[in-house]
Amino acid sequence: MSIRHGLLALLDQGPRYGYQLRTEFESRTGSAWPLNVGQVYTTLSRLERDGLVEPSGEDDEGHVFYAVTEQGRQELRSWFDTPVDRRSPPRDELAIKLAMAVTVPGVDATAVLQAQRGHTMTALQALTRLKARALAAVERPGAAGPDLAWLLVLDQQVFQAEAELNWLNNCETRLIRHAARPARETAVREGERER
Amino acid sequence: MSAPETSAQQWKDTPIAPVLRLQAVSRVHGAGPAEVHALSGVDLDVLPGEFVAVMGPSGSGKSTLLTLAGGLDAASSGRVVVEGQELGALTTRALAAVRRRSIGYVFQDFNLVPALTAAENIALPRELDGLSARRARTEAQAALAEIGIAELADRFPDEMSGGQQQRVAIARALIGERRLVLADEPTGALDSSTGEAVLAVLRARCDAGAAAVMVTHESRHAAWADRVVFLRDGRLVDESGPARVEASLRVGLGNLGGSGGSDTAGDTE
Ligand SMILES: Nc1ncnc2c1ncn2[C@@H]1O[C@H](COP(=O)(O)OP(=O)(O)OP(=O)(O)O)[C@@H](O)[C@H]1O
Ligand SMILES: [Mg+2]
Repeated sequence: MSIRHGLLALLDQGPRYGYQLRTEFESRTGSAWPLNVGQVYTTLSRLERDGLVEPSGEDDEGHVFYAVTEQGRQELRSWFDTPVDRRSPPRDELAIKLAMAVTVPGVDATAVLQAQRGHTMTALQALTRLKARALAAVERPGAAGPDLAWLLVLDQQVFQAEAELNWLNNCETRLIRHAARPARETAVREGERER
Repeated sequence: MSAPETSAQQWKDTPIAPVLRLQAVSRVHGAGPAEVHALSGVDLDVLPGEFVAVMGPSGSGKSTLLTLAGGLDAASSGRVVVEGQELGALTTRALAAVRRRSIGYVFQDFNLVPALTAAENIALPRELDGLSARRARTEAQAALAEIGIAELADRFPDEMSGGQQQRVAIARALIGERRLVLADEPTGALDSSTGEAVLAVLRARCDAGAAAVMVTHESRHAAWADRVVFLRDGRLVDESGPARVEASLRVGLGNLGGSGGSDTAGDTE
């Protein structure tokens, strides 16, 4: 969905050809989600099939331009007007991995968690270095919309990595509490559940 | 900002003396059944230009580590070395001089002198160091400006918000050529973007050659550091740092030049 609407939003600012769309999409999002030209053309042909864009001529070099249709404009407007659905979050590999780690015998869940924390923290550090550059870019006189767009996308990734780390710390605390329960009590409880 | 690979490379090639070195440092409070091991056998080197973040649950020993590194408390065993001087071997006077000249300390509770204005609080350690009142005042103004609160110079602590006091405390720690900055939750009272601005200043100090150790509860803030160490029950448990950075940077750095070679990630719909 996001690529589709992203391209519509760019075309709303005037006709463009495939390679231009790819470049502009990436500069807005700091190429957090790199696109290949093939994806751009596939998406354009679907948009055309659905009547949301139409070809609008070629230049001397043979680039085929696309323009947004009225229907495409309506689709774009309604995309901006509608919140992104978060009611059924996508499956998360890490959540599944930890759920398995605490239940599969012989797996050290704390080790899994600590390794992930180190990795995620490292990723967050890398993102933060990029963010420091984006912050400087935004503060420069003459900073433009794409600079701000890039900073916002980086912020999103930073907050997401932070949320994951907070969750991992929380998991660690829960594991420690769980392990600290008196062994006999644990056995009794488990026995009760079986009955 | 300096590329982390480069500095990691440097460390490998030339032995650079750490600004701060903790060797098997322990701190035990009380005795007998009431004994608390606030810190147990901690080893940590912080090199010039390096920014280290310390994280860990409440009571894990973060402030203890910082007070020992800053010479505000003495280790029960082990060595604390700042710029080549073992703190435990110094006279009270010599220790006070190291604290004043080499170490900038941001306290968890700010610790400003209530009877002094912001500028006077910041200038105080410089004046104690023998600087003229005017020089110290000029430096204090510069430190206030660097941290973005030049207009607060003449306010007293009780005339400032918590976040403003916190920034004054940070400016005080940064004044002069302090080679080691120790900061205990320096962003605790700051909103997100003010906190970020303070971290950018700390980062810039380290990029200019200072060493810093910062305690924080927020990963987002810790991520400004080159290295993040975790404390649990007084022990360092695991670390993320320069060694692991490179792999993950691939993801982020594809971005920068808008280099066209990143056709691999196929997030098809
Ligand atoms: N003077 C003291 N006497 C006895 N115990 C102490 C003393 N100072 C600290 N402790 C204990 O040492 C441990 C570490 O304390 P420290 O202040 O270093 O924790 P912290 O990690 O900074 O926690 P927080 O995140 O809450 O600031 C705690 O268990 C604390 O109760
Ligand atoms: Mg503390």
